[in-house]
Amino acid sequence: MAAIEILGLEKTYMVGFWRKHPKRALQPLHLTVEEGEIFGFLGPNGAGKTTTLKMLMGLVFPTAGTARILGHDWTDPEVKAQIGFLPEQPYFYDYLTAHELLDYYGQLSGVPAKDRKRRIEEVLNRVGLTDIKGVQLRKFSKGMLQRAGIAQAILHNPKLVFFDEPMSGLDPLGRREVRDLMEQLKQEGKTVFFSTHILSDAEALCDRVAIIHKGELRGVGRVEDLTATVQGKVEVIWQGTQIPASMKALGAECHVTGDTVRAVIPENQQDAAIDALRRERIRLIALTPLRTSLEAYFVEKLQTTPTQNAAGKTVGAV
Amino acid sequence: MSPRIVHIARNTFREAVRDRVLYNLIAFALLLSGAAIFVGQISIDIERLVVVNLGLTAVSLFGVVIAIFIGIGLVSKEIEKRTLYTVLSRPVRRWEFIVGKFFGLAGTLVVNTFFMAIGVFGALLYVTHKFSRPDALILVALYFIILEFLIICSLALLFSSFSSPLLSAVFAFSLFVIGSFADDLRGFAGMAHGVTRWVATGAAYLVPNFSALNVISAVAHQQPMSSQLILQNTLYALFYTAMALSGAVLIFERRNLK
Amino acid sequence: MMGLMMTMNARQRTTVIAAVSLAVSMTASVLLLRHIDRMRPQASIEDVLYINSPKMVKRASLGFDGLMACIYWTRTVQYFGHRHFEYAHTYNELAPLLEITTTLDPHMLPAYQFGASFLAPRPPGGAGQPERAIHLMEYGIENNPDNWQLYYNLGFVYYTELKNYRKASEVFDRGSKVPNAHPFMKIMAAQMAMHAGDFATARMLWSATYETAREGTIRQNAVEHLRAVQVDEDVTHLEGLVTQFRERSGRVPASMAELVAAEHLRGAPVDPDGDAYKLTSDGRVLIENPDDFPFITKGLPPGYKAAPPKFHKHS
Repeated sequence: MAAIEILGLEKTYMVGFWRKHPKRALQPLHLTVEEGEIFGFLGPNGAGKTTTLKMLMGLVFPTAGTARILGHDWTDPEVKAQIGFLPEQPYFYDYLTAHELLDYYGQLSGVPAKDRKRRIEEVLNRVGLTDIKGVQLRKFSKGMLQRAGIAQAILHNPKLVFFDEPMSGLDPLGRREVRDLMEQLKQEGKTVFFSTHILSDAEALCDRVAIIHKGELRGVGRVEDLTATVQGKVEVIWQGTQIPASMKALGAECHVTGDTVRAVIPENQQDAAIDALRRERIRLIALTPLRTSLEAYFVEKLQTTPTQNAAGKTVGAV
Repeated sequence: MSPRIVHIARNTFREAVRDRVLYNLIAFALLLSGAAIFVGQISIDIERLVVVNLGLTAVSLFGVVIAIFIGIGLVSKEIEKRTLYTVLSRPVRRWEFIVGKFFGLAGTLVVNTFFMAIGVFGALLYVTHKFSRPDALILVALYFIILEFLIICSLALLFSSFSSPLLSAVFAFSLFVIGSFADDLRGFAGMAHGVTRWVATGAAYLVPNFSALNVISAVAHQQPMSSQLILQNTLYALFYTAMALSGAVLIFERRNLK
Repeated sequence: MMGLMMTMNARQRTTVIAAVSLAVSMTASVLLLRHIDRMRPQASIEDVLYINSPKMVKRASLGFDGLMACIYWTRTVQYFGHRHFEYAHTYNELAPLLEITTTLDPHMLPAYQFGASFLAPRPPGGAGQPERAIHLMEYGIENNPDNWQLYYNLGFVYYTELKNYRKASEVFDRGSKVPNAHPFMKIMAAQMAMHAGDFATARMLWSATYETAREGTIRQNAVEHLRAVQVDEDVTHLEGLVTQFRERSGRVPASMAELVAAEHLRGAPVDPDGDAYKLTSDGRVLIENPDDFPFITKGLPPGYKAAPPKFHKHS
């Protein structure tokens, strides 16, 4: 069963003093997320990621279109017991402590009283919030608030979790922890849908991604496929700033960065390249099959116009 | 009643308490004690009159101010601060949110009034040295004041569901003042002609009728109250509150949250 | 209905329920309010029952004197109108209401006129407190020395209730000296002095009241008085004719028709309602429906007890 089916959700705002000018925040969106996968929703700021999420949460009403979440109509209140949501830069009732907040949210999500206390401790441990008993949320740092946000999203053991920019406000260690947590959630069989503009996170974590720009879906596909090896090319990196003539003869594209050089050569030339470096006594640093990065795909999709992207609306590699 | 409504109500109450709202009781206590002691210098009859009038008026005014100040932010603050996002992403219906907030605020005021009532009776005892039967009427006045609070809370919540705190405060306060003169407004409407008459009459009946619920003078003069009247006023307050809350629900149900 | 509810999603259901709830509770509130109003006829003057000192009311108004004056004026009119309709015998709150109104706004002229018309007369036409009426008028004159109408009101009270024609004349005279006074003030002063008891004077006074008043109750009152004056005049005239007849023929006329013929009257004399005057066997002239004419002093059957006044709707 698909975890999320977005069936043409669109949002147009009427702006201006007399509310006469339409502003399209989201073009009709068609997207499917399968159960058990980590799905990345990528796009620059203002692309429509948060709008999509808010519509799925029922915070904003679509101008047209519907969606299904875990097989139910997205407006069904009962299905919300099975989903968790971490909004971007979350705010919480700052007069409550983390324990009280989670207790309140647990009550609202229908976590039975006898399980609540235990679940709260578990979940706080999991997100790394310890020794915060009795501390009101107004005293939390940004990182701590983010962790609390994740805690409330998974407290009631939902099958599907929505994260909006989950890494924001975290230091590198924190980001690593969140990545690990998301992996764990996947291991537990949960589906994770998260939006971000940080591509390295998406590349590392996601099974599939969708790219959205200016309210429009620009591309969807498996990360593996989108960052597939570029057939027949390898990347050679060596120490120094010297470029042997023989390398040039092989037709290599060379870039010097600091005190290393990076070159791309055809795969069948890789032995010749290694020989060339050894002859010159140049130290080889790395030799790897060339992969396109998600970044390249991303930038390409952002630059092309919508008509060129028509094929990109369906699932599959581009 | 859905348990979620109870949870939301409890949380609203907790927020009010942590917002130090109950500290108003200190101001109230000071005011009333000061008055009781000051008034102790004058003759018996007027003492009682002053304590009852002043005490009940203070209960009413303090409560209205609290109801308005907390009420106007109940919804708008949550939208502004985005604390609603994580609440509405749970199986909470929007109407449950409104109803829960209402009960939380009303509950806060009832608790507040309870403590104030003790203060009033305490001051009364101090100046008259014993209670007499007609003093039970003070309980009726307090009951009516609580009915007033229910109406004000529901109105503040209604305005909060679509308007900024400042405007909501202005609307709510205006309705409180106009409602206190509702009888006169109906009198004015009766003397008008033509279209004005219809508009004025309409307004006069839609405005909350606080003048009927304001029995402070009568109670101070120990006038009895018919139980029919008490019943009618109760029903009126309940229906009016239901009306305002229905309006709040209708508006909030369709609101796009920023 | 239930089927329809089932096909709607949660949000639509809530909307429908909330809308129905809104309509029902609004209707219920309005109906209950009307019912409560009927149970509390004294509602708007409850305050006055407990705080009838003008000074205290002024203090409690927190500076919003003008608005409070308007509110008290509305209450006064409603109070009197309501009680009048119920044929009340006391109007205890009328004086305090008027005093509060004029303390809050000493320039509210309609209040003084109202006081003149209804504070002085005896119940059920008024509160029966002519001294308070005079007090009120003099307060008004003190605060509005350039207003001739207040003198008129004061003189009116002296004339109608206290029947103190000398004082009435004095007051009309004082009033006539105010700049822009209506010319008839001087005429009234003269009339009061010489022909106080005349019908013409009374008619002049009540006509003047009718013309200058804007408030409905006062005008109606003036109309009733004018009708009464007419009846009194007619009866006096007719009884005078009967006496003449008796002196000529030594007996009372057998019927009104005989009197009409003998005195060459134009037709059967009728009262302002169009009913014929009746002639009794002992020569008295009676009015057909005394109940329709409050304030008449003649033409009443012996032992007539005035019923509660019925006020006609004359414009």
